[in-house]
Amino acid sequence: MTDRTFHSVSPSATGLDPAVLAGAESFARSWATAVIGSSYVPMTRAEVADHLRALTELLVGALYTNPFRTAPGYDIGTRLVEAHFTSTDTLGRTVQLLGDDLLTALGLAGDERMRSRLAALQGALAAGYSRALRERTLAEQEAIRAAVLDARDQAETALRASEARFRAMFTEAAIGIGIAAIDGTILDVNQSLQDMLGYTVEEMRARNVRDLMHPEDAASVWRLYDQLIRGECDHYRAEKRFNRADGEQVWTHLTLSLVRDDHGEPQYQVAMIEDVTDRHLLQNRLRFQALHDPLTGLPNRALFLERLGKAFNVRSPRARVGLCYLDLDGFKVINDSLGHDIGDQLLIEVGRRLDSSVAGEGRLVARMGGDEFVILVEGSAGTQDIVEVADRVLRTLEGPVRIGGHELSISASIGIVERAVAGTTAAEQMRDADITLYWAKADGKSRWALYDPERNAREVARFTLSATMPAALERDEFYVDYQPLVRLEDSTVVGVEALVRWQHPEFGRLAPDRFIELAEETGLIVPLGRWVLRKACEQARRWLVEFGDSAPFVSVNLAVRQSRDPELVRDVRRILDECELPPTHLQLELTESAIMGTADEPLEALRSLSDMGVRIAIDDFGTGYSNLAYLRHLPVHELKVAGSFMEGLRAADGADPVDAQIVATLVQLAHALDLTVTAEGVETPAQAERLRRIGCDAGQGWFFARPGPPEDIDRLLHGD
Amino acid sequence: MERASVARVYDYWLGGAHNFAADRAAARQALEAMPELKSVILTNRAFLRRAVRYLASVGIRQFLDLGSGIPTVGNVHEVAGQVDPTTRVVYVDIDPVAVAHGRAILAEDPNVTMVRADVRDTASVLESAEIRKLFDPTEPVAVLMIALLHFMPDETDPYGMVATYRDSMPSGSYLAVSHAGFESGEEPFGWRRARDLYERQVTPMTNRTGAEFARFFEGFDLVEPGQVRIPLWRPDSPDDVEETAARYPGFGAVGRKP
Ligand SMILES: C[S@@+](CC[C@H](N)C(=O)[O-])C[C@H]1O[C@@H](n2cnc3c(N)ncnc32)[C@H](O)[C@@H]1O
Repeated sequence: MTDRTFHSVSPSATGLDPAVLAGAESFARSWATAVIGSSYVPMTRAEVADHLRALTELLVGALYTNPFRTAPGYDIGTRLVEAHFTSTDTLGRTVQLLGDDLLTALGLAGDERMRSRLAALQGALAAGYSRALRERTLAEQEAIRAAVLDARDQAETALRASEARFRAMFTEAAIGIGIAAIDGTILDVNQSLQDMLGYTVEEMRARNVRDLMHPEDAASVWRLYDQLIRGECDHYRAEKRFNRADGEQVWTHLTLSLVRDDHGEPQYQVAMIEDVTDRHLLQNRLRFQALHDPLTGLPNRALFLERLGKAFNVRSPRARVGLCYLDLDGFKVINDSLGHDIGDQLLIEVGRRLDSSVAGEGRLVARMGGDEFVILVEGSAGTQDIVEVADRVLRTLEGPVRIGGHELSISASIGIVERAVAGTTAAEQMRDADITLYWAKADGKSRWALYDPERNAREVARFTLSATMPAALERDEFYVDYQPLVRLEDSTVVGVEALVRWQHPEFGRLAPDRFIELAEETGLIVPLGRWVLRKACEQARRWLVEFGDSAPFVSVNLAVRQSRDPELVRDVRRILDECELPPTHLQLELTESAIMGTADEPLEALRSLSDMGVRIAIDDFGTGYSNLAYLRHLPVHELKVAGSFMEGLRAADGADPVDAQIVATLVQLAHALDLTVTAEGVETPAQAERLRRIGCDAGQGWFFARPGPPEDIDRLLHGD
Repeated sequence: MERASVARVYDYWLGGAHNFAADRAAARQALEAMPELKSVILTNRAFLRRAVRYLASVGIRQFLDLGSGIPTVGNVHEVAGQVDPTTRVVYVDIDPVAVAHGRAILAEDPNVTMVRADVRDTASVLESAEIRKLFDPTEPVAVLMIALLHFMPDETDPYGMVATYRDSMPSGSYLAVSHAGFESGEEPFGWRRARDLYERQVTPMTNRTGAEFARFFEGFDLVEPGQVRIPLWRPDSPDDVEETAARYPGFGAVGRKP
């Protein structure tokens, strides 16, 4: 293979007789046939034949050459090997064929001299061939042995290089690496791991992997470890803590891998351990900051909501959760008058007191923001538990707080909700606690209120009503009923009280006690009252037209807020004008408190109205602390005695002498002041009779007629 | 060297001495079971010679010889070098000894080199420094897989491997394959025994049928005479075609990538 050229021998160089050449050619052909296929020769059959023909000619030439030499025979043997006729069969066949056929082919069969020359050449050829083959074989053997060593060297160099690389990787790695046997015996640990845990290699080698167990390890860490050791899994990751030699803790990310042998049996375990302590502590701090109020150090709203959410995740039907929602009374005043600094100090102190008085297993005190705090009681047994907590909180806040020379008295209002977790949500509980806190405030502060679903339902309904009232007014859901005021002497209808009603699409027909107070709160009473006034005046006008002098006046209630409305007089006048109703046909009813407790301006208004000719009546007289002496200075024409006095006048015999006496006195007083008296709530003939005898001017009540549509009044007026 | 190696057993059969006792013992046992094995082997090596001569004659000057074995005699660079001494040849073999030997004797020749690689790792072959250095990627190349693929069972996806080489070759390139095989039921008894011995002592073999062999040439146009029993592929002389040629246990073909 070292040569790129063929060793063919030029036939033209021999200069032999053509007949001899022909003989040589025929011999070469049989020679080729005999040796082809004994070993691989990189020539075509024709090339082989050519090659052998040349060698034959060389041989024949040697036979004829004088002085005779055997060297060409030797040469031919060598050349056969060079052409890769390396199978020893080749030599055997060649020597045999030469002996058998060559002289015959050359026509020299009987030539003894030639025969002996040929024998000598055969010997030389065999020697040359053997020698060349031996050399070739030795050279190839040496070459292949050298190649084996080479290959081994290369493999070893590669192995050493890769081992060195791995060793460097192991020792230099920034991550901790440890290798242990399957029984847990630690075999090697790198520098990083030694530094991380504070033990030397020797100390580590004296230990078992299981000695590295930490009480805070998740159960899964060691379950997976056992699976890995059994060969059931090949690696796993975990978060794990280790105890350092110096007693400190290290938080790590651990990756444990199984190394198997060639048969797949577990052989080693390799741990890669990353120190994440700093990250962990930072995360803890950030988490703490995210979940705590920086001022008081208490858990903040986020943490509270998280814990509350968790409490609601308990799926047990018996699990209960209690909440105290707490708000300092009058904190804003302190903050505004003494400054935020004092306010903050106060909050810190409140937080401290709350925490020390209620903190404990299953209880969480959190600051929700501002001066609002909340106490979560997990696993409460019932309302009593949390009421006790609330009482303790109120007590603990009782002692005055000294801040910067101030001695501050504080109190708090608390809304309490305590209930089973099942069937409700954290959000609902929060909302209800908020509502309940509001009740505690509304009920007078410095107290707790307990959530009451019925109260809540009522308030929700009230809220719904007040929210829908403005639209109801526009949609004409209100209407007016009328109830006659009857003169006792001759039973004539002298007046008619206008009573507003609400035909509510959802709640049905609503009496004024259901919505007037709400309307007062929202201020809607003013437009509503104006509307009623106009309705009543229109109706009064109709009666005036129909019945002339015997038409009744209408008596319309005036709410406190209306009585103070600066537009009142102008409104009344305009409505009377527009309805073409003489003022004498209108009476306005006000409650005692509306008239008595008022300042001058409303009184002014009443005077103007009275001057105009409008009648003024005091409604429900006798229920308040009436200043009787003051009565004479008021622009009042009539007293309407409250229905509650009628009870005592019910039956002629069973009458309550005190009630009767009071009514009689009231009538006398009224008449002395030139006022008329109408008794409300007259229900029986006996009552009517007694009132008449007492001298009461008029009566109103079921005995005469229930409130109804104007047509009912029409019928009465017609005397039907 | 306790275990026989494919490359050295093969060298012994070719008449080389690049082998050890274990190789020779395995080689002789197989020969005893099937005396005609010798001629089968020589005939395969002769196919290599004919194929390379043909490829050189159609102008190929870059040869990638995969599974080239121990360089004995009649190596690709020698055969092709007769036509054009500047022909470039990259030999690839997995056998570290074969490669060490090849490198030793090729050290002086700038046009020839040898890479140690598993030919199934096509990327490390095709992107080897040697190929980058010697080959012009735009010039057609002949990829030889002579007596190689029958060492690769179907599970190792030899078809996919061949396709990868095919896809890397510029148009006008060639693939030459010889492969042990026969049609089912045709396997001679002695061959069967020799193969058992070989598989036990050297390495397992996957003989393939003609149809299976043909699939290696997907994406190639076969040159004349197409896919045939190895002795029938462009024989040098009618004398080389013996009666048994049609039952020769192996297929050969050369294809051109269009
Ligand atoms: C029988 S020899 C063939 C040598 C040469 N191609 C011939 O036909 O004359 C097969 C060669 O393929 C090599 N071989 C087998 N599997 C191989 C692989 N996966 N990668 C590279 N070489 C491989 C063996 O080491 C061996 O040298």
